[in-house]
Amino acid sequence: MTYEPVIGLEVHVQLKTATKAFCGCANLFGSKENSHTCPVCLGLPGALPVFNEKALKSGVKVALALNCAVRTFTKFDRKNYYYPDLPKNFQISQYDVPFAQTGSLEIQAREGRRLVKIKRVHLEEDAGKLIHAEDGPYSLVDYNRAGTPLLEIVTEPDLFSPQEAYDYLTDLKLILQYLDVSDCDMEKGTLRCDANVSLRPAASQTLGTKTELKNMNSFKAVKMALDYEIRRQADVLAEGGRILQETLLWDEKKQATHSMRSKEEAHDYRYFPEPDLPPFVMTTSEIEEIRKELPELPEEKRRRFTRDFGLSRKDSETLTASVRLADFFEACVNLSAEPKKTANWLIGPVSFQMNSRNQDITQLRLSPSALMELIDLAETGKISQLAAKDVLQEMLETGEKPSRIVEEKNLGQVSDSSVLKTVIEQVLAAHQKSVADYQSGKENALMFLVGQVMRASGGKANPKTARQLLIERLKP
Amino acid sequence: MNLSSQTITELKEGLKKGSFRTADILASLKTRYESVEEKVRSFARAPFFQEREFRPSGCLEGIPIVIKDNICSEGDLTECCSKVLSGFVSPYNATVVEHLREAGALIMGKANMDEFAFGSSCETSCFYPTRNPWDTSRVPGGSSGGSAACVAADEAVASLGSDTGGSIRQPAALCGVVGMKPTYGRVSRYGLIAFASSLDQIGPLTKDVRDNALLLSVIAGFDKRDSTSAPLPVPDYGKEMEADIRGMKIGIPREYFVEGLDPEVRSCLAEARARLESLGVTFGEVNLPHTPYAVSVYYIVATAEASSNLARFDGVQYGLRATPASSLEPPLIAMYKETRDKGFGAEAKRRMILGTYVLSSGYYDAYYLRASKARRLIKEDFDSVFKEYDLILTPTSPTPAFKLGEKTEDPLSMYLSDIYTISANLAGVPALSLPCGFTKAGLPVGMQVIGPSFGESDIYRLAYQYEQKTPWHKMKPQL
Repeated sequence: MTYEPVIGLEVHVQLKTATKAFCGCANLFGSKENSHTCPVCLGLPGALPVFNEKALKSGVKVALALNCAVRTFTKFDRKNYYYPDLPKNFQISQYDVPFAQTGSLEIQAREGRRLVKIKRVHLEEDAGKLIHAEDGPYSLVDYNRAGTPLLEIVTEPDLFSPQEAYDYLTDLKLILQYLDVSDCDMEKGTLRCDANVSLRPAASQTLGTKTELKNMNSFKAVKMALDYEIRRQADVLAEGGRILQETLLWDEKKQATHSMRSKEEAHDYRYFPEPDLPPFVMTTSEIEEIRKELPELPEEKRRRFTRDFGLSRKDSETLTASVRLADFFEACVNLSAEPKKTANWLIGPVSFQMNSRNQDITQLRLSPSALMELIDLAETGKISQLAAKDVLQEMLETGEKPSRIVEEKNLGQVSDSSVLKTVIEQVLAAHQKSVADYQSGKENALMFLVGQVMRASGGKANPKTARQLLIERLKP
Repeated sequence: MNLSSQTITELKEGLKKGSFRTADILASLKTRYESVEEKVRSFARAPFFQEREFRPSGCLEGIPIVIKDNICSEGDLTECCSKVLSGFVSPYNATVVEHLREAGALIMGKANMDEFAFGSSCETSCFYPTRNPWDTSRVPGGSSGGSAACVAADEAVASLGSDTGGSIRQPAALCGVVGMKPTYGRVSRYGLIAFASSLDQIGPLTKDVRDNALLLSVIAGFDKRDSTSAPLPVPDYGKEMEADIRGMKIGIPREYFVEGLDPEVRSCLAEARARLESLGVTFGEVNLPHTPYAVSVYYIVATAEASSNLARFDGVQYGLRATPASSLEPPLIAMYKETRDKGFGAEAKRRMILGTYVLSSGYYDAYYLRASKARRLIKEDFDSVFKEYDLILTPTSPTPAFKLGEKTEDPLSMYLSDIYTISANLAGVPALSLPCGFTKAGLPVGMQVIGPSFGESDIYRLAYQYEQKTPWHKMKPQL
């Protein structure tokens, strides 16, 4: 029997608000341990939470971007469990009434673009961080992260391959970055993802028994863990076995999962309404106000780029994969750059530089006007394409304007026939075999000779002029 | 000069005239403490009699106030009379403590209480039981038993307690002092170590109504650190209570005068009613039909919240940390278990187990959810009575003070001593207990005046006018 995997994802995103979710402490990553704490986030006796409505606003932005229905009335609940990183031994979360639900996110699936159903979006507080000592049997707790706002985004079981899960995560992250609500860094833990997966006979509508996968620290790891788990479940089913409902941990080193707890060992969280926080109420007009503030989202931008600038779908996708790159592109176009050429430059040489330097476009020493000037020099034949790449390199090193670099380095393209003719004579003298080849009808030899002229001129020769002169010179 | 028996109002007068200074008040209280504390044991630990710094202005300038051991004051031990919090020194002030200090008061010390406010007799304190100043073989009531006893025994001028199901009013009644549980949200809970967050309120216990109104004016008000506090202005209760009560309509709920009510308490209430009628107040019989469910609802809601609120006492950050000598379990789990086993007393464990049970998956709907619905009905009972009546008058406690040990073996009978006070917490409405007579054996009896939400002014008005015509608040126990 062939089986189809059914996947649901739970993503936790740390919201980058100025202060924590329920107290006035700074919401900062990487500070000295326990330096951003107070009686509230330490869970000291008698302290009470006060809701940071800015966290809700960020959450509502995300929910609206995911086409969710946002409630005007919601509440917080307590999720009770013991762990030393959880100062009160309960987490303030939302249980039966999430602030948003029933949304969707469009992804590129095998059969084309389709909507993935979002089940719910809710707010909760994060826990602190345990630091296990290496020099003895004890652990330390850093509560800086305790009480920082987390957004949980849960899909319906509506993803049907590890690749779709990967694509969903990539698109979700992009939306979150466009909304500027989170750093979305899985390595730093500002974005975390758990996955539920089950198998069912192809074309069946009933869901099989699911397992929950945790501890993946990259999108790639999510994909690999799902691949592994789908194979494992398929093997169990093939041998006539049954899938046990359990929580599994992904082991990156072993590239395998192992069981953390079974269904029987699952916590009873004893949820109940948080009595210290009254339900919160938003008006429809407040929600609409937030909707108006939403920026253009990646998919709208892609469609606009193809429609208005005549870019290919693929180029639009590449440019919009970073909101900063897309903004840079638009800045160039607003300076009346030619869109397609600008796109080619950004996707080609500029992206190459970003990758090799591990910097994004805003970190490069490159302004839209400088790039435009460079493109102009190359397109009008003032410098060769080859030289242009060197000029770009030099621009990023020194921050100089391209025209200045061309001047200083004497990179201007040579189209002067009298200068080129001298170079050509030297090249012909050194490569008589190629001359003979060309004259005996081997057209390829001409390309070789043009290349040699370029080389001898230090890349400055205008290749078109050089080619023309060579043809004339070698006429029988 | 014996100043320990004076009211805040009298002391303010003397301080203003320059007849004595704060140091003299403290000296008097110290003398009194040294002579009677052995018999009463009102305090969780020795109070401060040396003059602590106080702000030289405000309506409580130079007046020492005692607070219950579950209210945080910076730099002071705050242990809720529980071993699990032993050694916990609060690094911050509760909002009520800030208000007291701004008004010029001195925090003199912490009063004994039932552990985490779980009890009606002050016998579950991990230190020792407090005794009733009127008869030291009897309990002072609870959980704010220490707060009530220290005022009754003249070891304190006035005190703060907390009331979740009657914990201010019942000990006030049993000790013959005035105790107010304000409207839920009237006083900030920030810094009150929570028992049941949706029911807890801090309130004053005083020698008379005027002091009580004054103290509530100081501690009440909106606090941005407590999201459940009400953003409403605080009336000058002391001024408003002086208005006439002629024509006030008082409801007497049938459900409160049933089997189990001590005949002497019943007759005290009847006399109080006659007295009030002579002052131009009219009475009518009313129904609070969901009263029979109040105790059950209370012990579901309160224990559920408590089981979660008390989860933080785990030995990780503060208070007791106990580690078993050897255990088969992982060290963390063993530490949790040992700390909570050694740290909590039997009643605390009983309530946490009960609360954990009612919230458990599969039981939530049957217990917690139903209790929440019933709670709403109890509130609606009050709402409908207050459409026609200004206030409700009831006994505070079904009996006068009972003997130490009399109910400790029977938790249910202990729970029933709050039968008349619990509903006000469930409904969130304000209620005050004030002395209304004595039994033949010389034990004080209290009556409860319940008002609509934020109706404290009317409660004080009735209580003050009644007090003016009666001698009860002037009576002193023989110690």
